[in-house]
Amino acid sequence: MDNLLLMLVPLFSSKLLLVLFFGTLFGLILGVLPGLGPTTGGALILPFTMTLDPLSAIVLLTSIYCAGTYGGAITAVLINTPGTPAAAATCLDGYPLAQKGEAGRALGMATVSSTVGGIFSVIILVFFAPILAQLAYEFGQPEYFALAIFGLTMLASIGEGSPIKNLIAGAFGILISTVGKDFMTSIDRFTFGINELTEGIGFIPVVVGLFAMSEMLTQSTLINQVFNRIALKAIKLPSKDDYKKTWKTILRSSGIGSFIGVLPAEGGTVASLIGYSEAKRFSKNPEEFGKGSIEGIAGAEAANNAATGGAMVPTLALGIPGSATTAVILTGLIIHGVRPGPDLFREQPDFLYGIFGAMLIANILFFVFGFFGAKIFARITLVPNKILWPMIFAVSVCGTYSLNQSIIDVWIMLFFGVLGFFMRRYGFSVVPVIIGLILGELVEGTLRQSLVIFDGNWLMFFTRPIALTFFILSLIALAFPLIRSRKFKKKQ
Amino acid sequence: MKNVQKSKRANKSLPFFFKDEFKVSFVIIFVSVVLLITTFTFDIVPPILNRGIQPATFPKALLILIIAMTLIVYYLATKNPWKIEKKLPRSFFLTVFSFILFIIVSKTLDFFLAISALSIFVAYYWGEKRLFYLLLVGIIFPIIVFVFFETILGLRFPPGIITNIYYS
Repeated sequence: MDNLLLMLVPLFSSKLLLVLFFGTLFGLILGVLPGLGPTTGGALILPFTMTLDPLSAIVLLTSIYCAGTYGGAITAVLINTPGTPAAAATCLDGYPLAQKGEAGRALGMATVSSTVGGIFSVIILVFFAPILAQLAYEFGQPEYFALAIFGLTMLASIGEGSPIKNLIAGAFGILISTVGKDFMTSIDRFTFGINELTEGIGFIPVVVGLFAMSEMLTQSTLINQVFNRIALKAIKLPSKDDYKKTWKTILRSSGIGSFIGVLPAEGGTVASLIGYSEAKRFSKNPEEFGKGSIEGIAGAEAANNAATGGAMVPTLALGIPGSATTAVILTGLIIHGVRPGPDLFREQPDFLYGIFGAMLIANILFFVFGFFGAKIFARITLVPNKILWPMIFAVSVCGTYSLNQSIIDVWIMLFFGVLGFFMRRYGFSVVPVIIGLILGELVEGTLRQSLVIFDGNWLMFFTRPIALTFFILSLIALAFPLIRSRKFKKKQ
Repeated sequence: MKNVQKSKRANKSLPFFFKDEFKVSFVIIFVSVVLLITTFTFDIVPPILNRGIQPATFPKALLILIIAMTLIVYYLATKNPWKIEKKLPRSFFLTVFSFILFIIVSKTLDFFLAISALSIFVAYYWGEKRLFYLLLVGIIFPIIVFVFFETILGLRFPPGIITNIYYS
């Protein structure tokens, strides 16, 4: 109970309220702009958080995460382009409904279902994260190794792309984490005589490169693209009839989104696709889906926002990112000297529950901003790319340089920008690289320490029940995409 | 639908070394092999000091895994060819060129000047011809970013012809 009261801390701190206000606002703007989004935005803002205390910094990042996820819906409904990948499923029904002259109704439903999904997931986070953290006390090095492997195998089923390509990208991410001095022996690896590489490759240059710079290159191929933007008069709250039609869908999708979010490496994109398809499966009018179904919007939006709280569960309780954006938040925690895991729950409950409270408030704030300001946010999409992207470049370069004051970091960022562009072009998702990079140190560290404990006997991993469970789950995670594609082929 | 299938299958008619799936797989495997060879140059910890595995073992295993998975991807692609990607437009190459320009200018002349040059270059080639907007993205906005980072974050930018004037 005392801990729950700590959730009110942000409400009584003018500084935190201000951070929340700007974080939500900034998150919405990032979400609205196609190609940006909470992951890139979080990475860009990370250097700025160095001037803040740890709680304010993480509150800023989490509010960007919550609001950015919702912001993608505005662009999805009005210009049929998801502002964030998680809003892709919202386009399917949001845009057709807007074309029928009901953009306000579509956005109203997106706003309400996002808020309900987000709040639902924070409740899950508050109750589930401490339980998971409690369980993590039983974990030793072998269990953490098995857990990290489970997190990596989950990469196979993220998004619509090829599972093997995702795994290659994940392995590449881990490989990047091996650059620099080996932490156990101080032997240089892949440094090629470059002094700056002995410290390893930083997270920020890779994230900003893979997300922001590769997107800049993608935008360079689309400069002649014209968006058909639908005018928005005013956002409308859903009618009684709409609520009657969708409340079950919203609750179901909130549950689905929270569950998917908890799974390591999965995130809002997978959650919204499953939320949408389940909404269609349970609907009395499945034929309306794809033609402007209000249930379709509710299903997708409740799920993707519910994934935000869900994804924070493994991030905070175990130090395993639940999504790409939580990987950025995890980096924020580490940069500020906060080590996520079970000890965090015991030693700094005020910090943790402050974050939970802030996420709750952020969900309410983006409802208010979305409801009253959707029209203004929609206008942001009018900023031409030829103005916007050079500006993003300037911020990206300075932000990347600022962390270590290293020009090499900027070059690494540009290299990963070009690499990320070609990865996306040939169907390799960039998200697994980020997750691999984050988990790389954990995977290698726990593997090597476990082998020291086991005296080099690999089979000992399978004698530990928790580790064995994670290995079995890993096998299931690897087999799942195969089973899914077979089922899909059979259906066809 | 038929057109999509047609464009997907069109890839089949090309010689194998022109196909994207071959080129991509080749590049991944080539780079992985080079890195794998590099791992043999890593220092070896003497057995008496070594606890667990050698520092090169983990990256070696990863690279072998990447090569194996790439071979699977290529094998699957021979059965189900990738769709042919559109040719990259001139604006893409100009943007990549601007990155190279940025590196050269930031290394030889000035970091801030490099940001300005790239911003103006990109904005212009992406279609912005109005002088005010070119000045906005090329000069006004970089100055705002520079001052913000310099004063609020206390960042010291690398020396160069413009930053030296500012700092002196």
